[in-house]
Amino acid sequence: MTTKDIIKPENLVYTKSRILNDTPMHYCPGCSHGVVHKLIAEVVEEMDIQEDVIGVAPVGCAVFAYNYLDFDFQEAAHGRAPAVATGIKRLMPEKYVFTYQGDGDLAAIGTAETIHACNRGENIVIIFINNGIYGMTGGQMAPTTLEGMKTATCPYGRDTAINGYPLNITDLLVKLEGTRYVTRQSVHNSASVRKAKNAIRKGFENSKEGKGTSVIEIVSTCNSGWKMTPDQSNKWMVENMFPAYPIGDLKDI
Amino acid sequence: MGKIKGAVVVNTERCKGCELCIVACPSKVLALSKQVNAKGYNFAYMANEDACVGCSACGYVCPDACISVYKVKVE
Ligand SMILES: Cc1ncc(C[n+]2csc(CCOP(=O)(O)OP(=O)(O)O)c2C)c(N)n1
Ligand code: SF4
Ligand code: SF4
Repeated sequence: MTTKDIIKPENLVYTKSRILNDTPMHYCPGCSHGVVHKLIAEVVEEMDIQEDVIGVAPVGCAVFAYNYLDFDFQEAAHGRAPAVATGIKRLMPEKYVFTYQGDGDLAAIGTAETIHACNRGENIVIIFINNGIYGMTGGQMAPTTLEGMKTATCPYGRDTAINGYPLNITDLLVKLEGTRYVTRQSVHNSASVRKAKNAIRKGFENSKEGKGTSVIEIVSTCNSGWKMTPDQSNKWMVENMFPAYPIGDLKDI
Repeated sequence: MGKIKGAVVVNTERCKGCELCIVACPSKVLALSKQVNAKGYNFAYMANEDACVGCSACGYVCPDACISVYKVKVE
């Protein structure tokens, strides 16, 4: 059987979701943001909720998420996505509302909004891309930057005596009464991509039940900011990010 | 027992040549072409067509959703 015989519509087992449109994504080659966008598209398509989902885009590399995902979106000011999502969800409780935020957005400028939305138990999903760096603005130190990790603003490595400690904000969110599902996933190989997708689906399903906030952290790479190839970045992430941000469910009630 | 055979089609204009699919493929099917697309990226292609088992690992990891995977059971 030749390749030509195999490539027929009836043999198709995997392809781009139609919810992810044909606009080329502006992300750097190999960026985790693309994989997570793709998973959100697949979940929205499989749950058949294209008309009922509203995303809130952050400030950061994902600021243009609405150009790629074919459903309603609102752009929020830097860090304010959980507050904007709160308003949308309270006015339209029947909708699936989620935020999509980087670590600078969620854990620096937006710390208050993140914590209070979770503490109020808003019935939203927070998708948190933790790449340990401010990607969009040129790779500055983020709250989640690891000890010793070099960035544009700590070129000799993060020194905890000067810069404080890496902020594991997801661990803090577990302790809040308002969160019902808190998980940490990654998208660096096919097994982790599948698990991350299941977590995203679970988050969306949860938000229908009115039992609180679902937080899905995706430990991610920013290969441009880290100054490595995409493959090197994945390996570096497994070795260095995972010990600080271990993968798995942290809360599920 | 039937043998599984697969094939992939890469959307060469979407591809950014990141090589993550090449690393993810357990059967070493994919490679980057010498040619470039309109954006100047060397794109992924099936360098070793016979080895593909249609497992979709390349498709799952591709950040730009460039890969369609096809699979058949050969008797
Ligand atoms: C009020 C305000 N302050 C600062 C900025 C500049 N700025 C843009 S993106 C960004 C950080 C983005 O980093 P992160 O949230 O980690 O997302 P990433 O780009 O890594 O995905 C900053 C500080 C801004 N746009 N608005
Ligand atoms: S700068 Fe980093 S986070 Fe932003 S698109 Fe590039 S790889 Fe992704
Ligand atoms: S993972 Fe996708 S973008 Fe990267 S080289 Fe393969 S097909 Fe191209």
